[in-house]
Amino acid sequence: MLYKIRRVVAAVFFALITLLFLDFTGTAHLWFGWLAKAQLLPAALAVNVTVIVLLAVVTLLFGRVYCSVVCPLGVLQDGISGAAGRRRKNRFRYSPAKSWLRYGLLILLAAAVIFTGSAIVSLLDPYAAYGRMASSFFVPAYRWGNNLLSWFAERADSYAFYSTEVWVKGGVTFGVAAVTLLAVGVLAWRGGRTYCNTVCPVGSLLGLLSRFSIFRMTINAEKCKKCGLCERNCKASCIDVKRLTVDRSRCVACFGCAERCKFGAMRYAPVSVGKKKSVGSRTDTAEEDSASGMSRRSFMSIAGIFALTQTVKTVRAQQLKVDGGYAEIKDKKASQRKTPIVPPGAVSLHNMNKHCTACQLCVSACTNSVLRPSTSFATLMQPEVSYEKGYCRPDCIACSLVCPTGAILKIAPADKSAISVGKATWVAERCIVNRDKVQCNSCASSCPSGAVTLVAADPEDEKSLKFPVIDGERCTGCGACENLCPARPFSAVYVEGNVVHHSI
Amino acid sequence: MKKKNGFNRRDFLKLFGAGAVATGAAASGCVSRSSAPSEGGAAIGETPTGQMTFRTHPRTGDVISLLGYGCMRWPLKQKADGSGEEIDQERVNELVDYAIAHGVNYFDTAPVYIRGWSEAATGIALKRHPRNKFFLATKMSNFGDTGRQTAIDIYHKSFRDLQVDYIDYYLIHNVGRPNEGVDGMEMFRRRYIDNGILDFLMEERRAGRIRNLGWSFHGEKKVFDYVLAMEDDVRWDFCQIQLNYQDWRHATGRNINAEYLHGELVKRNIPAIIMEPLLGGRLARVPTRALSMMKEVRPQDNPAQWAFRYAGTPKNVLTVLSGMVYMEYLRENIHTYSPLVPLSEQEYGLLERVTDVLVNSDYIQCTECQYCMPCPYGIDIPGTFGHYNRCVSAGKILKSANDESYRKARREFLVGYDRSVPKLRQADHCIGCNICISHCPQSINISTEMQRINRYVENLKQNIDF
Repeated sequence: MLYKIRRVVAAVFFALITLLFLDFTGTAHLWFGWLAKAQLLPAALAVNVTVIVLLAVVTLLFGRVYCSVVCPLGVLQDGISGAAGRRRKNRFRYSPAKSWLRYGLLILLAAAVIFTGSAIVSLLDPYAAYGRMASSFFVPAYRWGNNLLSWFAERADSYAFYSTEVWVKGGVTFGVAAVTLLAVGVLAWRGGRTYCNTVCPVGSLLGLLSRFSIFRMTINAEKCKKCGLCERNCKASCIDVKRLTVDRSRCVACFGCAERCKFGAMRYAPVSVGKKKSVGSRTDTAEEDSASGMSRRSFMSIAGIFALTQTVKTVRAQQLKVDGGYAEIKDKKASQRKTPIVPPGAVSLHNMNKHCTACQLCVSACTNSVLRPSTSFATLMQPEVSYEKGYCRPDCIACSLVCPTGAILKIAPADKSAISVGKATWVAERCIVNRDKVQCNSCASSCPSGAVTLVAADPEDEKSLKFPVIDGERCTGCGACENLCPARPFSAVYVEGNVVHHSI
Repeated sequence: MKKKNGFNRRDFLKLFGAGAVATGAAASGCVSRSSAPSEGGAAIGETPTGQMTFRTHPRTGDVISLLGYGCMRWPLKQKADGSGEEIDQERVNELVDYAIAHGVNYFDTAPVYIRGWSEAATGIALKRHPRNKFFLATKMSNFGDTGRQTAIDIYHKSFRDLQVDYIDYYLIHNVGRPNEGVDGMEMFRRRYIDNGILDFLMEERRAGRIRNLGWSFHGEKKVFDYVLAMEDDVRWDFCQIQLNYQDWRHATGRNINAEYLHGELVKRNIPAIIMEPLLGGRLARVPTRALSMMKEVRPQDNPAQWAFRYAGTPKNVLTVLSGMVYMEYLRENIHTYSPLVPLSEQEYGLLERVTDVLVNSDYIQCTECQYCMPCPYGIDIPGTFGHYNRCVSAGKILKSANDESYRKARREFLVGYDRSVPKLRQADHCIGCNICISHCPQSINISTEMQRINRYVENLKQNIDF
């Protein structure tokens, strides 16, 4: 019974967390956004005391139900392991704990959190690992499906669906997600929860608590016939039938053994309080702050700048100017920024780097195609802002609403217009006013904060071409000017990030 | 007409549901069905054969169908290799065959139409018919380079592309159009007088390679008067003007009221060829209030039929051009003119009231003629204006954020916008360079209108109270 309830609840949690990544309308987050915030490592990084205490209490009470219900990567492994189990029944056996690996990785994670080794944190966080899979594999599939429905809707004059851009962001993140899926998948296929019990530091941390849990799985020696069915169905490989023990630090409270036992020998019940040992270890290491500065990010941008002289292909007056057709529009290339941009609410590059586990939830939520995972080593897979495909629209605060780790703090739309994430910079030789000798008012007319004005090249001559002048004090770095700039592939106005966001 | 056919519109819709409903929806909703604007509405009943109204040219005696085929909107299709669009020649042939079989005998093209593809496609389709079965019109479209040799090259290329050895109606194209700061009068001089091209064309007419020489006009009154006064030396055989019930007294932009243009032509007994009878399809998609006024008087007729009857009623009109991309529009227009039922006095009165509704609507005066295209910075100008206008016709433009239908209309506008125009070609990408302005025969202040549309879009996107 417990087994079935656990399975249903886990499936619901898994589906809803996945939905957080898939939904691009922002509705799912209003209802289920807390699911991401209930994940352990994100909560620890956000210093979300309520969640940390709650998870600690739950684990102390019931064991590692977090791993079997709340953690999407855990549930994913159950799914894979379950599929393998259908081919080969009773396939597990007890194996001793590899403590040196488990606690070694836990110490590594703690060190990485303290010393801002963000790439290591990102790689070790199970929730973030699942998030990268969801955003790399499920999001494109979901959006293609949506676009297909939109295609039909358009032909039926319906506005129920609208098409959305399918964009696989960042090869590195996709690759990391693929390798993680492969590794976790193989481990789950062969050994059930091997990953959770030998690699995952979150599992090891909860294991430290769950060995003292009040409700615990025990084997009743009188009823047990030592048939070994429980051991051979324990995906955590933590039941030793010979010794009639259950390793509670590795048991993920899946209740599979109780379900399988034909003799009612498996018992999930509270122990007498007297036997309980004191609990010494606290979990929230993230409260300690690091004084170390942000490491300089090295740019490994695939699209480097090599040719300022590249020109926009404009259709110039031909001998016979024919009617109709479209001018070719070249794709924009990312401008090389000395300082990367992080979204409003991130406060500073340091805050982002310190808290983010690169789960890609904000990247999936960004409807303006602004956020994408970083490819730089120091901030690997953490979100960064660029404006080739869109700009950070004044009405959107999606990323700040979804972030579970406190890397992007919640802001209101009204706050947004007063936060400067960067400053627009004009590159004269790219500007079409210089290059094509036509008057252009794109940046000036698109700037939501009125920070760009056009100034005549020759003050004496009213008809002379006008060039943009940027008032840095009013610029929010939203990138409207950069995104809408007609100069291609490199925009003539681009935004340089602010190390710490300014208020204006 | 209802009695003659023995069934009403409702019965017809049941019988010929699919096609009629589709075009009906296009006329009533904020919907874009294709990049080409609609010309006309639903076909009604069987297309009559042999009943077309013809007009006789007062000077040459040419007998011309009242419905003329405008070849600036031929159907396009994606190329097999996916590298872009091309003319769907098979469908062009079908349309031309059908038109000729039902009495249409006037075809009007130009070297610049449809990215320069129109003449060749029209030539291929017409080559399959005897040369004496149709009248062919094309134009001298020397807008950019006004050199003599360029013009002569354009002239000879028309003969090659159309595969003919004479042209029935040759027009000097878009007289009155300014270009890059040069006014309409000066442009006319540069294009035809200074380089001797008008003399060249008159010589060609004497040689019989041009049967009728005329001009098409958009623009300033003084240019119209000036060119018309040349009649004494040149002998204009015809003149092509923009005429419809809105432009009769409410011409917009640089255009002149059709009442004046038409009156001057009548004075000189110069036959008129009518363009933009539907204002690029806008008169086929009138606002609901105007539609109900029309339906009260003639329940079986749609707005396009009213507009064609209006354009065809004046006696001095030789033919009324319509760019018919769909077979349904062709059928319906043949029906409207087989034969023409001239407008009565009361009906003229009704259309004046309809015009009041139209000029008080929020339309952008775009006929989607594509002259402004391609925008060098990639904007889809007619597509953007077309989407906006379709929403005006459907009554879906919001006056304020407190309108009752706000949420629904907002979604329809924004979703429909992305469907009609790719994001990179929308109004927010207009840079205000104004290169397009001189190309627009309706003299729309394109960049200002783009800004207006973009402000509206931003209001909707940001849910701003307006």
